Amino acid sequence: MDNTKRYERLLERYRNGDLERRSFLGLLGAAGLAYGVQTPFARMARAQDVTQVRFDGWGGVVSEAFRRHAFDPYTAATGIDVVDGTFAGGDEYLAQVRSSREGEYNIAHLSGVFDYARYVNFGLDVELNTDNIPNMELVMDALTAAYRRITPDHLSAVPYNYGTTGLAYNRAHISDEEIREKGAAILIDPAHEGRIGGWSDWRTRMWYAALQTGQNPNDIEDMEAAWDAIRSHRDLALKYWGSGAELMSLLAEGEIHVTEGWSGRIAALQEQGYDIGYYDPPNGFGWQECLFVIKGSPVEACEELLNFMLAPETSIAVAEGQNYPPALDGTKVDLGEKIPTLPAYDPTGTLDALTFADPTYWNGNEAEWSETFARVQRGF
Amino acid sequence: MSVEARERRQPWILLSPALGAVTLLLLVPLAFIVVYSFWLRSAVGADTPGFHLDNWQRALTDPFFRYILLNTLKIAAITTVICALLGYPAAYFIARSRGNKLILLLLLMLPFWISYIIRTMSWINILGSSGALNTALMSVGVISEPIRMLYNEGTVILGLVHFLLPFMVLNIYVSLEGIDTNLEDAATSLGATRWQAFLQVTLPLSLPGLAAGGLLCFVLGAGTYITPLILGGPRDAMFANLVFEAIITQLNWPMGSALSLLLLMVLGVLVAIYNRYLGMSQLTKGLG
Repeated sequence: MDNTKRYERLLERYRNGDLERRSFLGLLGAAGLAYGVQTPFARMARAQDVTQVRFDGWGGVVSEAFRRHAFDPYTAATGIDVVDGTFAGGDEYLAQVRSSREGEYNIAHLSGVFDYARYVNFGLDVELNTDNIPNMELVMDALTAAYRRITPDHLSAVPYNYGTTGLAYNRAHISDEEIREKGAAILIDPAHEGRIGGWSDWRTRMWYAALQTGQNPNDIEDMEAAWDAIRSHRDLALKYWGSGAELMSLLAEGEIHVTEGWSGRIAALQEQGYDIGYYDPPNGFGWQECLFVIKGSPVEACEELLNFMLAPETSIAVAEGQNYPPALDGTKVDLGEKIPTLPAYDPTGTLDALTFADPTYWNGNEAEWSETFARVQRGF
Repeated sequence: MSVEARERRQPWILLSPALGAVTLLLLVPLAFIVVYSFWLRSAVGADTPGFHLDNWQRALTDPFFRYILLNTLKIAAITTVICALLGYPAAYFIARSRGNKLILLLLLMLPFWISYIIRTMSWINILGSSGALNTALMSVGVISEPIRMLYNEGTVILGLVHFLLPFMVLNIYVSLEGIDTNLEDAATSLGATRWQAFLQVTLPLSLPGLAAGGLLCFVLGAGTYITPLILGGPRDAMFANLVFEAIITQLNWPMGSALSLLLLMVLGVLVAIYNRYLGMSQLTKGLG
């Protein structure tokens, strides 16, 4: 339909007095409305041909490395743009995804196997065809196996990197000998009252409470003792931190002398010249991150992008940027000079030295423990 | 259509964009929250729709929520009182100053040009162990080790006062500006001292502005969650933090909805009381 001609015909009828002003404006409005309604639907119809994929991650150097080594080459090869978003935390991001339209979010850099399980439980998973992701061959089997235990018949994500949440301490106040002697119990040592920090994350608090009470973090039997340890830590702590930036700031400024911390962030502080030590106590908290494809996404386009992101040059650049070892198996790929020096790096490719959270156990207790922690945190 | 009918319709036609916006952006989301508050959270996975009173029962009877709510109201009340005590002299000074009012008002508005989060975080650089205050005190030999000033209820109140003080000053200023200064002169000419004239003439006449500022400070203070997050210690939390945690951390949207509505109702009652005795018009004057 030629809208210009129709407009001119209507205008002529109006000028001739054949059409009332009210009717003329009404018809113009109806035409505008029809155009406005038609356009988004037309766009949706055209979406069958994928023009863009959205990726959400942690931002900063990681995003820059992805952009340079994966997104731009991917766009050059496929013509598909990658829209790069960031989030501050996994919980907040899940809340956004749950309240969004299907297909709005495509790939997310998620933390932990329990996040994989949560997304699967919310029905947000897809079935990836790993034949379309040849670089999966280079990934450590131990990392993939963790996801296969949750979805035995398919994968909705590829492993990407791993790290630990160990003890970070200011060497000006705490010696290497003291941290090895006391281990996780240093976080409830009254000698450091007011100089202790901790992540405001119920999982980490409970994991360290298990270590402090001599229990297996994946099978805590004496819950009351664990909650008491969390209360002791709360009473001795100066501050619960909520982000990596806050963790680094508290340690760098000397506000706190000891806390548990993320291996990559502490490595970054060490790179900047701060005398901060890092120690993984026995049964320290190991975790892995993945690139999860969310339900409603153009799966084939996402698979192709995942392959670009898993390519050794991309994985290594991202790993060096964020100071977390990549999911690539060091026995199959030359990971360069820096990565083998990173905290938590496992040269064997088996990850036997790390303890990971059992997603069934932790997700099964999430509702109760997260609510109880909110109370314990406030003095209850 | 008759002229009378057209005149009756006209205000509604003019109001319709605003009413449409309020309906779509406020009432409809609020209705969703009300519906959500009666759903149930399942242990893992999607929520259970239905009409269940469990969340409301917990929100209203659980001593934990009551404690945090009362603590929130206490912090908001202390903040409001401090804002009033600090804000009144500042507003009085601006209202009675000659010639440089615009500059003073501009200075008052300056903090609004900087993000609230940045302003709150600035206290870390002032009060921290290696912050400006500790460094200054140590350099002049007053203290030998940094004093621990951050991450407690006091710093939460300090951060809130920093955020809310301009709202209080503006409201009182607007009220003082509307008072005829001849009234004070008349009182002094009849034998009152300046202080008596202030206490018996100016202060009572400016009370509506003080109340409007108080209401704004109280409501905004009681609804904040950023300040305790940045400047609070492990135990310091306000009610909005519980809403945030329920929805974002625990993914318990039904409970978070019930808690947010509870806070809304408590603050709504306060606004209703204010409106009953002072009227909302004073508030809009202060904002205008």
